[in-house]
Amino acid sequence: MTSANGGPIADGERQRLVVIGNGMVGARFVDELLARGGGERYEIVMFGDEPTGNYNRILLSGILAGSHAPEDIFINPLEWYATHGVTLHAGVRVGSVDRESRLVRGDTGVLEPYDVLVFATGSSPFVPPLRNMSGHGTETKEGLFAFRTLDDCARMLAHAPTARTAAVIGGGLLGLEAARGLLERGLDVHVVHLRSHLMEMQLDPPAGELLRATLEAMGVTVHVDTETSALLGAQRVEGLAFADGRTLACDMVVVSAGIRPNVSLAIDCGLVVDRGIVVTDELRCPGDPAVFAIGECAQHRGQLYGLVAPLWEQARVLAERLSGRVPDAVYTGSRVSTKLKVAGVELAVMGDQEPASTTDEVVTYSEPSRGVYKKLVVRDGRLGGAILLGDAGAAPMLLQAFDRGTALPENRAELLFQLAAAERAAGVAELADSAQICNCNGVSKGDLVAAVRGGHCTLRSLCEATRAGLGCGACKPQVQQVLELAAGDAVRDDPSVHWYVPGVPLTKAELVRAVREHDLRSVSAVFARLAGGREDAGSKAGLASLLRTIWGKDYDDERDARFINDRVHANVQKDGTFSVIPRIFGGVTTAAELRRIADVAEKYAVPMVKITGGQRIDLLGVSKERLPDMWRDLGMPSGHAYTKAFRTCKTCIGSEFCRYGVGDSTTLGVQIERRYQGVETPHKLKLATAGCPRNCSEATTKDVGAVAIEGGQWEIYVGGAAGTRVRKGDLLVVVDSHDAVLRYMGRFMQYYREHAKYLERTFDFVERMGIDRLRAVLVDDVEKICAELDAAIDAAAEAYVDPWEEATAPVHPSQFADLLEPIGPAPAAAWENR
Amino acid sequence: MSTSARDAARGVVRIDLGSIERVPPGEGQTFLVEGREIAVFRSRDDVVHATQARCPHRAGLLADGIVGDGRVICPLHGYRFELASGAPVGNACAALHTFPVELTTDRRVLVWVPRGSRSEVA
Repeated sequence: MTSANGGPIADGERQRLVVIGNGMVGARFVDELLARGGGERYEIVMFGDEPTGNYNRILLSGILAGSHAPEDIFINPLEWYATHGVTLHAGVRVGSVDRESRLVRGDTGVLEPYDVLVFATGSSPFVPPLRNMSGHGTETKEGLFAFRTLDDCARMLAHAPTARTAAVIGGGLLGLEAARGLLERGLDVHVVHLRSHLMEMQLDPPAGELLRATLEAMGVTVHVDTETSALLGAQRVEGLAFADGRTLACDMVVVSAGIRPNVSLAIDCGLVVDRGIVVTDELRCPGDPAVFAIGECAQHRGQLYGLVAPLWEQARVLAERLSGRVPDAVYTGSRVSTKLKVAGVELAVMGDQEPASTTDEVVTYSEPSRGVYKKLVVRDGRLGGAILLGDAGAAPMLLQAFDRGTALPENRAELLFQLAAAERAAGVAELADSAQICNCNGVSKGDLVAAVRGGHCTLRSLCEATRAGLGCGACKPQVQQVLELAAGDAVRDDPSVHWYVPGVPLTKAELVRAVREHDLRSVSAVFARLAGGREDAGSKAGLASLLRTIWGKDYDDERDARFINDRVHANVQKDGTFSVIPRIFGGVTTAAELRRIADVAEKYAVPMVKITGGQRIDLLGVSKERLPDMWRDLGMPSGHAYTKAFRTCKTCIGSEFCRYGVGDSTTLGVQIERRYQGVETPHKLKLATAGCPRNCSEATTKDVGAVAIEGGQWEIYVGGAAGTRVRKGDLLVVVDSHDAVLRYMGRFMQYYREHAKYLERTFDFVERMGIDRLRAVLVDDVEKICAELDAAIDAAAEAYVDPWEEATAPVHPSQFADLLEPIGPAPAAAWENR
Repeated sequence: MSTSARDAARGVVRIDLGSIERVPPGEGQTFLVEGREIAVFRSRDDVVHATQARCPHRAGLLADGIVGDGRVICPLHGYRFELASGAPVGNACAALHTFPVELTTDRRVLVWVPRGSRSEVA
């Protein structure tokens, strides 16, 4: 174990971690750290300016409006700190930090030494210099407020009943929230904004204008392009004077003109400060390995963040790093997106609000009478940014497309109006609580809603808690909708949805890079290097699949990383027995082969013999220990009916016998299956060839299919499905020879191997990438990678070894053991001398 | 009274399952001990656990599950359990019965089980 600054930690001794700031980021960080076992590593001390625990600052406007009581918005009440062994100096401002002797001094005189220091000092309201701001002496003038803390709210609420007219300086998100709150309290509210449109940080001019109209319809008076120069009134606020000479009479003023990061403490102790406290990707302050900064006070890659999602991401990354769970966790910045309500108006914004170049496509829809405005910036067929105002119904889908960079449908209207998806969402809202959402595990809408109320506010934690979506996975979009319905704004994005496997916090691309960079050839090596040594069982099979794709025959194949099916090369059944499916290439067999299968079925008293959907023969109910003998007696290779790999190529009879056939689909199917048998892929692949467009072998609803058309040509379809989903495959290309069919199919398979997520079927993969993109890459070769893909799939195909050969050479003496007997009673000596 | 004698008096017997090498590293293996099936798990760094052999949900053979980080994932429906305590992880399945298990200096696996009768073998 090593400390944050690389030095060793004495065994059994905890380091002292001091966190300056007890706001939404500081407390979240400590919470995340404790969740990762950080309490064993650190003695944690926190300083907070405010005399309370940590509360949800986003809900302050609810207190102002009267919809929330102060006690409703606490995330970590004071008791929380005591019960979690955290020392909190509540209401104690930090006066100085001595980095030389590693001491933090509170302004009460309290001294706290640290080994690791985290700045989470947040920000303060920016108050523009106005004339006549103070009342008696240096006191703030009566009736003048900032809007940042619970205390600010309490003072505003105490004053509001004596006031009739309130002016809010600043038409940003917080200012408008304050305006809305005061409106609810019955005041006449004015918003005074320096810029030409409201919320210029998030909205473009038309959206800002529409929002102004909506607010005015609610009764708020909005003054844009208006600079406030002075307060009016001697002891008490009596009005505002503007730079253009106009005045506004009011008896309450709320300043909400932006925020400034709290950096003075950091400057005083000599840290590098630009606009915020400068941090590296490790969230560390350059020059002092013991000091970190996160939250609104931190400046990362030149960027300051003010929205909660990226800041909580920083808190999580730092907790991963300092807890030792992921010692090399880094924060690489966030794509900012948010979905919220401003003054009761739905708003979702993400990415760029304006096109960045002439090739960006802008799609807008405006319906002023309903206060609805939608704008998409489309870049290279993907979402570069969006604004949804007044109707954010399409936001979940757009946020997903934005976060994941998925290809957009060519008909952009589908995105703006979300026709089909909206119907599904409405469907979920209207369902009764008893309605079953997950048909695999029998989870009802009511079960899901109860789990959400119990605090499961990410898709993953909801699925794990209820088991919904953990069967075939087809219901996950509906589970997500129920989550959004039940949790509303409490829905949290779960960064792990982007990871390739749950136990290694990297996307597939990042993971592939790290695996190559560190030359990680086994699953245990990946855990050791990239997951802090934690061997997450749920990640093993996915990593094994990926490493095999990356390293091919140089993969260090640790058998414990395989699912049972892949350890014994057979498909486990509900009673623990296995099914044996020998390969029958293209579904074409012989009388001799059938006779052998029949003999084996009789010899081993196989309880069921079944023709499969993939045109082969399944021998069901076989115990593990009899598998090797059966394989030997069959004398046929494995059909791979048990693994995430190329499985079969189903064929119709084709031109050889069929009077309609225009292509030789049986010969082609046999060629395909011989060529690609057993090649491992992120999920199973089922193929088919059809000898004419009548498509008897259902090639258009297979992962990859070839359909013969007149003129000696073959259409190649990819991404078809006829299982949990039914989807017609997309036409990739039309070719004129069997060789070309094999070539394009292989190329697609390799691209799928390299770019799909683990357990992502081709129908999801093809939709995610977009068929246009796939055609460009795989047919037009715009990325100049086709030669590499072809070589890689050829190497994988040539490295194929029939796993049933392990019948004669098992990898471990217990590989096919059902039940072992003990040696006997333990001899006393053996046990007492141990 | 020695520990072994006390165990015997309580009807608990200590059984020698043989070398740890009978269980592949990072995997599990089912044993038939005193008339009952027991799953024995060996982590990649040779930490050994023993639990009931079949999951409480649908009698899946836990020794066929994937093991890691002190947990096993049932091969049938993916339910997870803590190997040390038998507690279900993220699901409401009943906890697994666990058996004390020991790895001796000469790398033999000893398991403590209630004295059984052949009649328990169904």
